[in-house]
Amino acid sequence: MLKTFKIGGVHPDDNKLTRAGVTEIAELPKQAVFPLSQHIGAPAVPCVQKGDMVKVGTLIAAAGGFVSANIHSSVSGKVAKIDTVVDASGYRKPAIFIDVDGDEWEESIDRSDDIVSDCQLAPQEIIERIKNAGVVGMGGACFPTHVKMMPPKDCKIDCLIVNGVECEPFLTADHRLMLEHPDEVLIGVSIIMRALDISKAYIGIEANKRDAIDLLNSKVAAYPGVGIVPLKMKYPQGGEKQLIDAVVGRQVPAPPAIPANVGAIVQNVGTVFAIYEAVQKNKPLVGRIVTVTGKSVKKPCNLVVRMGTPISQLIDYAGGMPEDTGKLISGGPMMGRPLMNADVPVVKGTSGVLMLPREDAERAEERSCIRCGKCVSACPMGLEPYLMATLGEQGDWERAEKEDIMICIECGCCQSTCPSRRPLLDWVRLTKTTVGGIIRSRNAKK
Amino acid sequence: MVEKLILSTSPHLHSGDTVERNMHTVILALMPALIVSFIVFGIGSLVVTLTSVCSCVLFEWLITKYLLKREKLTIADGSAVITGILLAFNLPANIPLYMIVIGSLVAIGIGKMVFGGLGNNPFNPALVGRVFMLISFPTRMTSWPEPHQLLAYTDATTCATPLNLIGQIAGGNSSAMEQLPSVWHLFIGNTAGCIGEVSALALLAGFAILLWRKVITWHIPVSILLTVAVLTGIMHLVNPELYVNPLYHLCSGGLMLGACFMATDYVTSPMTDKGMIWFGIGIGFLTVIIRYFGSYPEGMSFAILIMNAIVPLINNWCKPKRFGETAK
Repeated sequence: MLKTFKIGGVHPDDNKLTRAGVTEIAELPKQAVFPLSQHIGAPAVPCVQKGDMVKVGTLIAAAGGFVSANIHSSVSGKVAKIDTVVDASGYRKPAIFIDVDGDEWEESIDRSDDIVSDCQLAPQEIIERIKNAGVVGMGGACFPTHVKMMPPKDCKIDCLIVNGVECEPFLTADHRLMLEHPDEVLIGVSIIMRALDISKAYIGIEANKRDAIDLLNSKVAAYPGVGIVPLKMKYPQGGEKQLIDAVVGRQVPAPPAIPANVGAIVQNVGTVFAIYEAVQKNKPLVGRIVTVTGKSVKKPCNLVVRMGTPISQLIDYAGGMPEDTGKLISGGPMMGRPLMNADVPVVKGTSGVLMLPREDAERAEERSCIRCGKCVSACPMGLEPYLMATLGEQGDWERAEKEDIMICIECGCCQSTCPSRRPLLDWVRLTKTTVGGIIRSRNAKK
Repeated sequence: MVEKLILSTSPHLHSGDTVERNMHTVILALMPALIVSFIVFGIGSLVVTLTSVCSCVLFEWLITKYLLKREKLTIADGSAVITGILLAFNLPANIPLYMIVIGSLVAIGIGKMVFGGLGNNPFNPALVGRVFMLISFPTRMTSWPEPHQLLAYTDATTCATPLNLIGQIAGGNSSAMEQLPSVWHLFIGNTAGCIGEVSALALLAGFAILLWRKVITWHIPVSILLTVAVLTGIMHLVNPELYVNPLYHLCSGGLMLGACFMATDYVTSPMTDKGMIWFGIGIGFLTVIIRYFGSYPEGMSFAILIMNAIVPLINNWCKPKRFGETAK
């Protein structure tokens, strides 16, 4: 029996059209755009000015606080302007625009393909390099990695869990990374273990990536303490709490508790690879793998993309946006963000670009709740989504807080199973945002 | 060029499940029982079922269009058809047409539409109609035709049902024991009774369809049947002279129909697994109490309606365990 998380979850078709698509290198953009806020926390502060010449790997914006991350140029050329750009959130945000001119790299970066396995750095030095390289969680949450690597002093971390689940349908960026760079991932894992002084690491991979499981299993013997854990396919297994439950059977309590409270730390495989490059190759986070896909897309593919490249360029490479496209999504179909247009730049958290046909994208008409309870069975957090939606409609924030709405992870299982097609997660988000505001203002008064 | 992009938030994909899919599967799952009832009761079962379905659909249409004046009609969602079939399944095959029409009006009008339609009714509409008929037409509602009069309708000769006999046995009339059909005949449905309840086998086949298509879960039917089996089993062990073998209870009356199709009605049953089990235990308990100690031979309808009434309370008591919640 394969392991999986215990409560709820759904089984969408995995639609991994690009599972066999070897990564291809995307062309350099003419102009690269770097939003200053592409991580959780304070926006980065620009440290270049209009007209400055930069190389690949030049620091262009420095972390704007403890929870923040450096941003490096992914191209060489001239800073055109510091202005605003509409990012995946749909809002205008400050960004640095760089006109591309050639492909010159900072000399300190090791660009060779040689695998560097030896690491004798002290934990503090490792974390410093991760911080300097601007590494953030690549699974989509974009939490600054160096902060995650410094858990609260009173928490004793005993295991690292690497997230190779990729439970979002369509996306194959992490899958291809594990297949094409297994050694780098495993070295990255041992570097994190060294930095945190722990002896146990698990790489959780869903069973639809048999080839990646087999490949890593064949190499893992050289890395003491590292285990590969095949997992039963179930969404949202890539959620941090679900993954910890699936792999080591520990349930993280409600916020403010974090995984460190149960002795675990989770890193996405993409992050692990970025950590390897940062620590062993001195290479800042300037590129990532992006899956460009959709059922009507002519040439779905996995691309190695420089940060700041407009998404439209990736879509052109994949054969253009299909005529029947109804929705353009940054990320996967369960938790990705809908985009207004394809001018949005690729940022550190862009795992995929998905084009949904109009017939799949249009929501069906909403009906009365028939109280079937399918949303309750599907909820991986043990909540009652039907009740949350009703409390939201009624504006009963107090009761919503009592019913633990704040632990919702917004995975969308409820809404995707509802036969009455009720926009459950829309209501939950509204309610959660409101309740969150009430809690913050209450805490501020104390 | 692509038209304007849609900007609705995640999740962007849906499982494809619809209200209709669930309702149509329930209708399909009721078909084995309808076929058996046609074989056992003949033409009467079809006449009653068709009348009931047609009048339920008609009343829902009339009420939605002319009373509630809604533009969106709901008769296509299949729920009125189910109410019609279930109401008919709870009637004897020899009941006159006008009674069915009145029962349908009560089921759809008072059982469902006064609350706002599908999803808002606290009680199972078919049972509301059935109980109304039981107290309005007590004689016709409690005289069941003898099986195998295939061409007879209201003129069919009637006989006692197994539940009548079980009641008589419990009342001390041990000669009734000899008239009781074998468990096998009860199981396949070769006895007197209401249209849909005669064959436990056909109803279990329908239950299997519902489970297979993931329309319902096992919790309610299994907890009802287990509760009834355990309670009647204990009574049987205490005094086998008065209290029959639990298998008779499981296969007779509306128990199987109620457990698989009436108590599992989405709208009027609890939302959580834990709640469903308590709901089922309550129904099983009340059914046995009414069967043995009430004045009606059958207690299933009343048991379900009583438990329907406390579903909101059950939903408040039986919360799912939150992720990461430590024992309180």
